[in-house]
Amino acid sequence: MPIEKFTTLESTFVPLPIENVDTDQIIPARFLKATTKEGFGNNLFCDWRYEKDGSPKKDFVLNNPIYSGSVLVAGKNFGSGSSREHAAWAIAGYGFKVVVSSFFADIFRGNALNNGVLPVVVSEGFLASLFDCVNKDPKAKVKVDLEAKTITNMTTGVVESFEINSYKRNCLLNGYDDIDFLLSIKGDIEAFEKNRQN
Amino acid sequence: MAGKTLFDKIWDAHVVKSVEDGPSVVYIDRHFVHEVTSPQAFAGVRARGIKVFRPNQTFATPDHNIPTLEQHLPIREELSRHQVQTLAKNCEEFGVTQFGLGHPYNGIVHVVGPELGITQPGMTIVCGDSHTSTHGAFGAIAFGIGTSEVEMVLSTQCIMQPKPKKMRINVEGQLGKGVTSKDIALYIIAQLTTGGGTGYFVEFAGSAIRSLSMEARMTLCNMSIELGARGGMIAADEVTIEYVKGREYAPKGADWDKAVAYWRTLHSDADAVFDKEYTYKAEDIEPMITYGTNPGMGAGITANIPTLDSIEPASHITFNKSMDYMGFAPGDQLIGKKVDYVFVGSCTNGRIEDLRMFAEAVKGKKKAANVVAWIVPGSRQVEKQAKEEGIEKILNEAGFEFRQPGCSACLAMNDDKVPAGMVAVSTSNRNFEGRQGPGSRTMLASPLTAAAAAITGVITDPRTII
Ligand code: SF4
Repeated sequence: MPIEKFTTLESTFVPLPIENVDTDQIIPARFLKATTKEGFGNNLFCDWRYEKDGSPKKDFVLNNPIYSGSVLVAGKNFGSGSSREHAAWAIAGYGFKVVVSSFFADIFRGNALNNGVLPVVVSEGFLASLFDCVNKDPKAKVKVDLEAKTITNMTTGVVESFEINSYKRNCLLNGYDDIDFLLSIKGDIEAFEKNRQN
Repeated sequence: MAGKTLFDKIWDAHVVKSVEDGPSVVYIDRHFVHEVTSPQAFAGVRARGIKVFRPNQTFATPDHNIPTLEQHLPIREELSRHQVQTLAKNCEEFGVTQFGLGHPYNGIVHVVGPELGITQPGMTIVCGDSHTSTHGAFGAIAFGIGTSEVEMVLSTQCIMQPKPKKMRINVEGQLGKGVTSKDIALYIIAQLTTGGGTGYFVEFAGSAIRSLSMEARMTLCNMSIELGARGGMIAADEVTIEYVKGREYAPKGADWDKAVAYWRTLHSDADAVFDKEYTYKAEDIEPMITYGTNPGMGAGITANIPTLDSIEPASHITFNKSMDYMGFAPGDQLIGKKVDYVFVGSCTNGRIEDLRMFAEAVKGKKKAANVVAWIVPGSRQVEKQAKEEGIEKILNEAGFEFRQPGCSACLAMNDDKVPAGMVAVSTSNRNFEGRQGPGSRTMLASPLTAAAAAITGVITDPRTII
């Protein structure tokens, strides 16, 4: 199924300076009973975001109206824990297009990419300065350029390159996914199976 | 040219195609599915108007959502029932074998695959579940995937993965009394942190690892994901071959001989190069327990919780948050902390040896009055065996309840939830905030340490009760 195309994005961002944010925090297990991909955004970070009675917790960043934007900037080792893609659906469903951190758990990173969310790995220093800038000015912005593989801290002007392989980059730029690709090489897969038997 | 690692040998044999500056197309031998991460994938296959490409290489079992009492009745909770029914319908529609609720082979997917011999050395094995790493204990490449990838495997029997880097972790020497493979896992994760293995596939080696039983090896590989690694593996040897032999889906006759001959070639060459290598001494490992909210926050049971000055300043916020959640203070002694719940089960420690170990330790003793304990077998077959061996009887006499199989309190998607603020000693694999129910506080440990807690009501060194 086509994913949304991604080229460049300039946006304010939401800071979440907590390390090791795991998938159980991103979307608690009790929300995994759905059989479709829709509706997970409302429960993103549910236990940090809402009181038991469902009212928003005032001190959680997503409930603070001064922060906005389609970029989430998180502490290191984001997305550790389970392989549940629901975490990526929750992030995408909430409206985030980019997650910035100094380190991502492997499975989360792949899941995010498969759902049109770009994980951007930055240096510890770059990350710290983003937190610093948004502390001083909640309207601080970043710019992400997928073509050039760069991220810019718009407050300081500092630019950093990030890694993404050209296959995945092309998928995002053109809005196609792995299954489209795999289906297109089915002949190779069948040939592989035949060869193995011999 | 340097020799190949075990991982290389299996990986290279499964690459269908390499994409330039991109991932490899990797062929998948065995695919396991359960009810939680598959409905959207089956829906995707349906939406594309295609069939499941190789339905006989996929096996399904519901496990995450199922109750552990009265499994003969319809599942009470509507969403869970719907998810379990959806799995059954999807398997039927697409011709996939399912061990449904009530089937003699039903159970936790990572317990079922090995016990049926579906899991074999040299294979590539995936499942929409991170603890697929368990199957690596057989000398297979096994790892968890997301739902998009489940859809890829259903559609094409392949996934696209960059080749991970390779790490070897050696544990040499002899384990002390009361020290199990769960303790090895928690020890290594405490040493390397939950991000220490990120980007790597780990091979466990060394004399202490070789001496482990097949089930103990599964416990260790199961937890390799908690190290952040893509997976963990142990080269197949006689222990492995003996375990697989004769199981329902194991090769038979001439196929068996051929398979075994191949499996014997699957080990890292002496001159193979790893991107990272660590060596630990088995003698240094104590029974372990976690005190925080990630599996890396663990210590030897006789130790104290670290004080702030031993922790990097940048991590203080995270550490304090974790202590607040657990209701502990830095520097606290672990032994003697009050325990409210004990959970024995999960794909980490829900096999027959785990139940034996627990039963042996509690035999003739009594459960502490302040503790609620759930003993949950990993599969129907484990349940049956435990009954036949008299384990259930021992448990009942000691005041424990033996339940029906499933994931249960490991992630508390069913009714088995630890109430907020309560401390649970759990043989599962994750102690994240809310993992065992909203507000629950989890301390991960081996079945032996769980037994010691269950009969004393407080954190207790298991070496004092065996
Ligand atoms: S027992 Fe726990 S870790 Fe294992 S598959 Fe079930 S939920 Fe996942």
